[in-house]
Amino acid sequence: MSGGPPAAGTGRARRLRALVVKETIQVFRDPSSILIAFVLPLILLFLFGYGVSLDANRIRIGLVLEDNTPDAFGLAVAFTNSRFFDTTVARDRRSFEDDLVAGHIRGIVVIPADFAGRLARGGEAAPIQVIADGTQPNTAVFVQNHVQGVWNNWRQQCAVECRTVGSEAIGVESRFWYNEQLLSRNFLVPGSVAIVMTLIGTLLTALVIAREWERGTMEAMLATPIGVPELLAGKIVPYFGLGMASMAVCTTIAIVLFEVPFRGSIPGLVAVSAAFLCPALGQGYLISAVTKDQFVASQVALYTGFLPAMLLSGFVFEISSMPEVIRILTYVVPARYFVSSLQTLFLAGDVWALLWPKLAVMLGFGVLFFAIALRSTRKRLD
Amino acid sequence: MAEAVISLADVTKRFAAAGPPAINAVTATLAAGRITGVVGPDGAGKTTLIRLMTGLLRPDGGRITVAGHDTVDAAARIHGLIGYMPQRFGLYEDLTVAENLRLYADLRGLPVAGRGPVFDRLLTFTGLVPFTRRLAGALSGGMKQKLGLACALVQTPRLLLLDEPSVGVDPISRRELWRMVRTLVGDGISVVWSTAYLDEAEDCDDVILLNEGEVLFCGAPQDLTRRVTGRTCHLSGIEARRRSVLAEAVDADTVIDGVIQGRNLRLVFRDPVAEAGRDLLAGLTGVQPAWRLDPVPPRFEDAFVDILGGGPRGRSALAAGRPAGDRMGDTVIEAKALTKRFGSFTAVDGVSFAVARGEVFGLLGPNGAGKSTTFRMLCGLLRPSGGTAGVDGFDVAATPAAARSRIGYMAQKFSLYGNLSVRQNLRFFSGVYGLRGADRQRQIDRMIDIFALAPHADAPAADLPLGFKQRLSLAAALMHDPPVLFLDEPTSGVDPITRREFWSHINGMVERGITVLVTTHFMDEAEYCDRIALIYRGREIALGSPDDLKAQARNGDLPDPSLEDAFIALVEASDAADRSAA
Repeated sequence: MSGGPPAAGTGRARRLRALVVKETIQVFRDPSSILIAFVLPLILLFLFGYGVSLDANRIRIGLVLEDNTPDAFGLAVAFTNSRFFDTTVARDRRSFEDDLVAGHIRGIVVIPADFAGRLARGGEAAPIQVIADGTQPNTAVFVQNHVQGVWNNWRQQCAVECRTVGSEAIGVESRFWYNEQLLSRNFLVPGSVAIVMTLIGTLLTALVIAREWERGTMEAMLATPIGVPELLAGKIVPYFGLGMASMAVCTTIAIVLFEVPFRGSIPGLVAVSAAFLCPALGQGYLISAVTKDQFVASQVALYTGFLPAMLLSGFVFEISSMPEVIRILTYVVPARYFVSSLQTLFLAGDVWALLWPKLAVMLGFGVLFFAIALRSTRKRLD
Repeated sequence: MAEAVISLADVTKRFAAAGPPAINAVTATLAAGRITGVVGPDGAGKTTLIRLMTGLLRPDGGRITVAGHDTVDAAARIHGLIGYMPQRFGLYEDLTVAENLRLYADLRGLPVAGRGPVFDRLLTFTGLVPFTRRLAGALSGGMKQKLGLACALVQTPRLLLLDEPSVGVDPISRRELWRMVRTLVGDGISVVWSTAYLDEAEDCDDVILLNEGEVLFCGAPQDLTRRVTGRTCHLSGIEARRRSVLAEAVDADTVIDGVIQGRNLRLVFRDPVAEAGRDLLAGLTGVQPAWRLDPVPPRFEDAFVDILGGGPRGRSALAAGRPAGDRMGDTVIEAKALTKRFGSFTAVDGVSFAVARGEVFGLLGPNGAGKSTTFRMLCGLLRPSGGTAGVDGFDVAATPAAARSRIGYMAQKFSLYGNLSVRQNLRFFSGVYGLRGADRQRQIDRMIDIFALAPHADAPAADLPLGFKQRLSLAAALMHDPPVLFLDEPTSGVDPITRREFWSHINGMVERGITVLVTTHFMDEAEYCDRIALIYRGREIALGSPDDLKAQARNGDLPDPSLEDAFIALVEASDAADRSAA
């Protein structure tokens, strides 16, 4: 679209500046913008920092001690001493059945009556029985793994104490890199920055544009000499700034309050965040191009922006363990690239070989969304 | 004729492939330097036509040029020439008056230098100087309208388009706006003004009269009004019986339209009043010597009804169906020093009135005056901070459920379920009012019969024409045969024919002893009332019949004031009294 007065260049700059100023004033006067940009992120951050933990510490289990041999007692002590279990000991497995059904305990470990005998015979499968609560599969797997761990430790200890040289004497010692303590907080908190930026970029942007349609201010603006690129930029620039500000607040809290290690550089973080805001803002703008209703806009933003960022970005659920179809789907979720970039930055450092391709993909999505937005926006109501 | 600023050639616009077009083959030329009114009832296509003129909508057929530019090819050029105020004024409510003005100045490319005098002039012109730092959202309807106008005027446009600027604005602000727009036209600006109020049409230089997307008339309003010259008159001396006389009169072949105006009837005849009037008086039952016919000047609305083929005829079946009231004159609705405070704000301050059985009582006042709050206290939806409200012998605050069962309530907006059919809506409301079994079915059938809803009985309520929606709303409110009917702005924005038909039902019920309480900001509606309480800033500043109120405003300058003149005079007197008290 061309035309307008001869001094279109300066007019354009002034119009853009006027729109940005207007939008910024609105952000600071409208409590709901502040709520979405600063309060909601803080709530999320505290939820993921304190409330949600994917670590299984002190799982409550019941230990049924049917054998009275010293070996059996030794193993029982190993369980009660384990930092992973909160163990209650009983003689009869029936006394735990109700607790398991009620969910008071997550598993039952049985040291059977013939435990010592089977141990002495050797060569047999682990002579203890594990019953885990399958209603919480994640925890059930933890129970199983940690029981295995306790068992292995105890066997090794025995081997050392008894000086018998068996296969068990050569143990495997695991060591985790990048997140040495295996704290889920260390990857949840950086990941939640991605959620926050999706909220601002997509949800807030879609909402404020839909609001302009609902209140009739968009109609008034369309009838002025304003151009479509100015209209688009007038919305994008302020919320880009808001997104970056919110990111800075979240990162500071993550590092200072939650003591999440930050091994990358600030320019790296800024670059990655800026690249992610492109598709996020573009998506928000596109949503408002489709619907002019705040309620529908917020629903669409939640389902196409927030939920994928939550579930399909690798933020909470590991992408490699998803079914193939879902895994393929995650490639079109821009948040996926952002989450993994953030995890790289926080836990490993500025590994540019890893970051460059992701930056490029995010920018690519952004360019695509903006191109569609520019093409589909007309200065018309029909 | 002056040079054309807008020309429309065979313009058609559809929003849905099926169904009638929103704008159908409109051809018109709008002269420069004049006020052209786009006039018609809600849903006539006024907003669509204005949006087509701004280039915000693209016509499906035909061509529109604005100042020589095609709206499809050269919308950008047009946007540089026009000032446009959409409905609800297009203001940013969380920006201050000055910030809104500055934003539109930037968007319209007003040079920063020399801006001060322009802003000063606009703010003085609109009377907003004391409010520059106030948020637009905190302004009254009238002030928002003025700010919207100022924003549309920052860069003096060649053409100013105003979409229903007077909706939600009190009569005083409306007059001020007209004065301002007149000044602009004097400066050479062309103005397009859309409105559903037919009295505004008379103030325009030219009028495009729209109905259902089609142009009924295009030209000077006087040319249309001239159609009915010599055919309009007042029938006076019939005060107590004016409702039944009206029902009889509009049934006469010689009468094409009739409405109640205060204690008189306003009648429009098919032929000149002289002979036709004599014939009518001869034909009416129970004519008395006091009945007089006096010719009155024609109004635009008379001509509009005439061009549509006349108003509705016949007596409402509701009048026949109900037993005549035997206790006419008892007090049915009573407000005693009714007061409502919201925090430190007093929305209603000591309002008192009593409404007798078979009376139509109006609460008249600008938006935000406290009409709805008073109404809600009388319905038991709000608890009064002081005073009492009584309906049909029940104290509303003490026994709200009992009081409410005596009330039929028709809300301002269409508040039935749009995706239920007419029959399903009626079934639902009869169930809500506790009707069961055969009674329920009989009542539903009766309502469908009375309001002639049978052809639409199985259509979704949302798809009904406006007039049928109104009938359905009224039918739902009457389901439980209430002795009291509350109507909240029942016919604002409704076309004159539908309004007449609606009031024929109300009049029929009133004759049978139903008591009606109406809120309105609409003068034509207020004319139907026996008595009016004028509510302004939460206080009752006048109480009396429409003619009493008019009499209070009569003076040398206004020998025959309209109800709106009276309204303005009374409000100004109240303001003056407040000032001298302060």
